[in-house]
Amino acid sequence: MLIKRPSDIPPSEITPRELFDNRRRFIRDAGLLTVAGLTGLGGLNANAFAATSGQSLGPLLASPFSTDEEQTDLKSVTSYNNFYEFGTDKTDPLANAHKMQVRPWTVSVEGLAGKPRTFDIDDLIKLAPLEERIYRLRCVEAWSMVVPWVGFPLAALLKEVDPLGSAKYVEFVTHYDPEIMLRRPVIDWPYTEGLRMDEAMHPLTLLSFGLYGEVLPNQNGAPVRLVVPWKYGFKSIKSLVTIRLVENEPATAWNKAAPQEYGFYSNVNPEVSHPRWSQATERRIGELRRRPTLMFNGYADQVASLYQGMDLKKHY
Amino acid sequence: MPFRNPSASQIQAIKAAVFLLCCLPAARLAFGWFDGTLGANPIEAITHSTGEWTLRMLLITLAVTPLRRMTGLHWLLRLRRMLGLFAFAYASLHFSTYVWLDLYFDWNAIALDILERPFITVGFAAFVLLIPLAATSNGYAIRRMGGRQWQALHRSVYGIAILAIVHYWWLVKADLLKPIIYASILAALLAARAWWRELERRRQLATPPASPGFKGKVIRIVPK
Ligand code: HEM
Repeated sequence: MLIKRPSDIPPSEITPRELFDNRRRFIRDAGLLTVAGLTGLGGLNANAFAATSGQSLGPLLASPFSTDEEQTDLKSVTSYNNFYEFGTDKTDPLANAHKMQVRPWTVSVEGLAGKPRTFDIDDLIKLAPLEERIYRLRCVEAWSMVVPWVGFPLAALLKEVDPLGSAKYVEFVTHYDPEIMLRRPVIDWPYTEGLRMDEAMHPLTLLSFGLYGEVLPNQNGAPVRLVVPWKYGFKSIKSLVTIRLVENEPATAWNKAAPQEYGFYSNVNPEVSHPRWSQATERRIGELRRRPTLMFNGYADQVASLYQGMDLKKHY
Repeated sequence: MPFRNPSASQIQAIKAAVFLLCCLPAARLAFGWFDGTLGANPIEAITHSTGEWTLRMLLITLAVTPLRRMTGLHWLLRLRRMLGLFAFAYASLHFSTYVWLDLYFDWNAIALDILERPFITVGFAAFVLLIPLAATSNGYAIRRMGGRQWQALHRSVYGIAILAIVHYWWLVKADLLKPIIYASILAALLAARAWWRELERRRQLATPPASPGFKGKVIRIVPK
């Protein structure tokens, strides 16, 4: 029997993106102009605009790493999120993340580095040319999306601070503000993640500032997040404030919460089931049927060599 | 107090209203499915909603007797069978969603899930155990089985509710808030039941022999 799927709506019936954007931009710009007029702020610079989610990030380089699979619609990408700091339901981040102030914002890159440094977000975004990277995103909950991220390789930032030879791992920390975020210790706040140095330096590992050509919406991890497309989504830590170069494998939030379920590596692997559900298949958001999950989320050619000789059942 | 002794036709009206109310969540899901308003992952939305409504209907069914005792509204008992059958109806929707929409009749994957994923195992046990209760929720079955046997069978609903809570507890990733809330409600219902049993036991123990002059041995019938 056939079931009518909601995604059968022809694209032409959806409000054209330009119209929708223009409307939003009009409303926002009208507001800003009013403020500018009232306060006599003549020289609003481009960065003040860049702080607003939905603002275009300008011309982007294309990337050979991009997939040509159908992209998940913007509405789903921005309304179906796991960002537990703003609530544990998928729709909570959209409802609550607007409370987060993303300017001013700094990212401290510290630890075992020759030139540790704190970056202002508006300097950080200019560190390397922005690329569009259309990646598959596979959540540990067995759903997936295809998202056109905007950013540059994390390696560009790490090289800037001169990692010492003793730096074997990189630890990442998400912003935490109990005033606007969940206080219940669902997870040991602040959220932390980690990568091995070679994973962090891998050209696929992206520091992302936007999606769909525009500044990241708060619920997607504004103003800057990590995207590690061959690992389960929770490794791609959001709203970064600290990047620390360390010698030993850092503790990671989900690993601390349930060590048997979420390993440090958490590479997408259809053969290693989560203890509570199978990882063999996934549901691509917008599709009705499940599809098989690919080893390393389809990025095996690029990353399998990182794990040569490792037992991936043990290092899940 | 109004509604202490509703007439037969009033009871019918109340039943019809409760019936419609119980249909609302399912109707909302059906409309949402065809409207495309169930969010980015409609199948997950249906799975979660039908699961949660199964649990709610189970707990509402279990609340009928305590409510009746507390309020003295004895006619509430007349709603219990319908509420219990709704619990089963939502469980059937929940299970069908899983089998049909989620895994699309991939019987291999379904069997593996039931055998290997503890949260599915207990959910499945809860569902299977509800079947005989639903099948005997009619006057004919009660007459055939006899009240005592029928009651013994239907007492298993408490165990089923516990399985349902365990199912929920084991499936959440980290946030146990909702399973804890439902578990507390079930615990309160079980405690109320235990308390009333104890009161009844004491009342019967305290009842003096039928006649003051009676010299024989008194055999008390005390609930276990
Ligand atoms: C009396 C029987 C059952 C009850 C009361 C029940 C209840 C629930 C509840 C409360 C939820 C969570 C809803 C939420 O997160 O908001 C849930 C989820 C779920 N249930 Fe059940 N359930 C029952 C039987 C079953 C059966 C028989 C199956 C399959 C064989 C099943 C499969 C699932 C699945 C796959 C989920 C979603 C898990 C996830 O999203 O991670 N359940 N159920």
